[in-house]
Amino acid sequence: MDFSFTPEQDELRTQARAFLSTHREPSWAALAELGWTGVSVSEQAGGAGLGFLEEAILFEEMGRALTHAPYWSTVGVLLPALPPELQAEVASGEASWTLALGPLVSDLDTATRVAIVGGDSIRELDGFEREVLSTNDETRPLGVVVGGEAGRLLASSDVLPRLRARSFTALALEACGVGARALELAIEYVKEREQFGKPIGIYQAVSHPLATTYMELELARSLALWAAWCIAEDDPQARIAAAAAKALCAEAAVAACERSIQVHGGVGFTWEHILHRLYKRALWIQSWEASGAQLRSEVATHLLDTEGA
Amino acid sequence: MDLRDTRDEEAFRAELRAWLGANLPEELRAHRGGAARFDGDAVRNWSRMLYEAGYSGLTWPKEYGGGGKPYSYQAIFLEESALAEAPQHLGVIGLGMAGPTIIAHGTEEQKTRYLTRLLSADEIWCQGFSEPDAGSDLSAVRTSARLESDCFVVDGQKVWSSYAHIADWCILVTRSDPGSVRHAGLTYLIIDMASPGVEVRPLRQITGEAEFNEIFFTGVEVPVENVLGDVGGGWQVAMTTLLHERGTLGFSLTATLEVAVRKLIELAGERGATPVQRDAIAREWIELQALRFTAYRSLSVMMKTGVPGPEGSILKLQWSEANQRVTKLALELLGPDAQLLADNAPYGGFWQHQQLRSRGNTIEAGTSEILRGIVAERVLGLPRSR
Repeated sequence: MDFSFTPEQDELRTQARAFLSTHREPSWAALAELGWTGVSVSEQAGGAGLGFLEEAILFEEMGRALTHAPYWSTVGVLLPALPPELQAEVASGEASWTLALGPLVSDLDTATRVAIVGGDSIRELDGFEREVLSTNDETRPLGVVVGGEAGRLLASSDVLPRLRARSFTALALEACGVGARALELAIEYVKEREQFGKPIGIYQAVSHPLATTYMELELARSLALWAAWCIAEDDPQARIAAAAAKALCAEAAVAACERSIQVHGGVGFTWEHILHRLYKRALWIQSWEASGAQLRSEVATHLLDTEGA
Repeated sequence: MDLRDTRDEEAFRAELRAWLGANLPEELRAHRGGAARFDGDAVRNWSRMLYEAGYSGLTWPKEYGGGGKPYSYQAIFLEESALAEAPQHLGVIGLGMAGPTIIAHGTEEQKTRYLTRLLSADEIWCQGFSEPDAGSDLSAVRTSARLESDCFVVDGQKVWSSYAHIADWCILVTRSDPGSVRHAGLTYLIIDMASPGVEVRPLRQITGEAEFNEIFFTGVEVPVENVLGDVGGGWQVAMTTLLHERGTLGFSLTATLEVAVRKLIELAGERGATPVQRDAIAREWIELQALRFTAYRSLSVMMKTGVPGPEGSILKLQWSEANQRVTKLALELLGPDAQLLADNAPYGGFWQHQQLRSRGNTIEAGTSEILRGIVAERVLGLPRSR
């Protein structure tokens, strides 16, 4: 068993971190030019022909950077459901997508195309109106689509469970990035901030909760990486791994942000500090589609009710 | 990144699984552990069988009787043993602590003298580190070693030493420089437990049994050949022991937790579980998977660099708290029967014993408070609080 990334994958992470830290709202064209939109699209369709492990790196880095772009909506949710010619448009940067699975739709401010589920198929939605709603997390606004009609067939709705596992895993990876950044900010702060003549990180009431946060984030990350590998390999455990990962990683990220706000004291409670934005992304992830309790209920069913569990 | 076994690992796992299936005596399957390890010769005989089949010291260099295998083999061994519910090798202190310390710091004579008999469980080792006034603060040790011509004379007391009552040898941390304080002036000695002046007294714990002991040393003579490392350099040697204790401990713990969670799920099937309990069970399974894969991540780093990755520092911390939650949850599922003992209790009192024993998990091998401090200081780089 080998958990390490290849030198090429490490290089991708280094590049991604550098680019995303200075491009908070990259254009879809810019992301396509970097080759990121088409990472797992086949080479014939203009992609890099790589896979979910490379995308996993990008999800994690985009979580850390709070990237405002429809990357998760397109690549994290819908990409495998698109036929090759539409995948090619994603790879080239001509199109980005979001899936209207429930009443609230993500990234309606940036995604160019919308897909809907109806009956036994997933189809493109044509001629609709979009309304973006005020959302806590300004980097990933929710919205509603109004009107429109089902157009071109994309895939059978048989693929929905696979898309769900994939999208949950992507969110889990984002959550790991969010939590890691919140912890890094906390560490930096408690080393610098002095009270009572000492850096506050010296007090165990401050340092021990951060040690616990580190532990929770590392455990969560292991789960996210397992789920990512399952998605990449189409392993039978992918669904349960994704459910477990989304539940634990979202919770860990929320807790990491809360602890970071706490150890920052008053400054962590200000609008100007980035912490509330990280926190809002973590909360967004936690509330998307299935709560932790719902996901654990699915896991319980798998463990306790299925034959040969 | 590949989470499957390599071809060689797969073959080793299959062979081991078959061997365990064919050779583990029925009466040892689902062995209670704890003080029951010391009843009769069954566990010692099992340990010898492990040695003869080549499963002792898998990662030790071949020149010292080991298998020379990568750490992943040790992880596989621990997983499969736990799955088969086989008892641990009786010489765990020797295999995991004394042996690696002797390999790192011992002379060739010492390696020749001690290592083979340690692997076969012909000789059993115990650890003499903690004292009544030196637990988390190991550097406060006061057991003294006074040099007199060709031997050290040892006086003092150690506590929380498991296996001391059957041990042949003890790895002992002593203060050899009388004026010294804290980490300086310590000497690491190998003590023959049959020496005059060594007295072992069992320490009864809250589960009712005695897994641990106090050891009293009164004028015990120790030949100078039994110094491990340098006189006065005992702290460094002790740190080697503790580093190894933490190295593969993660896998051993994860494997036993996996068995506990599996049994918890079976228990829920037999006793029923409310929706709240189902949620708690699912949470423990999720946390177990996270722990498992964290152990594998640390292993990956260890295979590449020889040192466990920083994520390994959290394994014992997380395991101990998870084990406490899992065993407590099992008691909840048992309802009023949870307060019965031994033969009057369901499953022979297994869960009651495990739950009480688990209160020691957050204390032994590094308290949770110390471990959090270590993470804060060494991993997060925060200023030292002491």
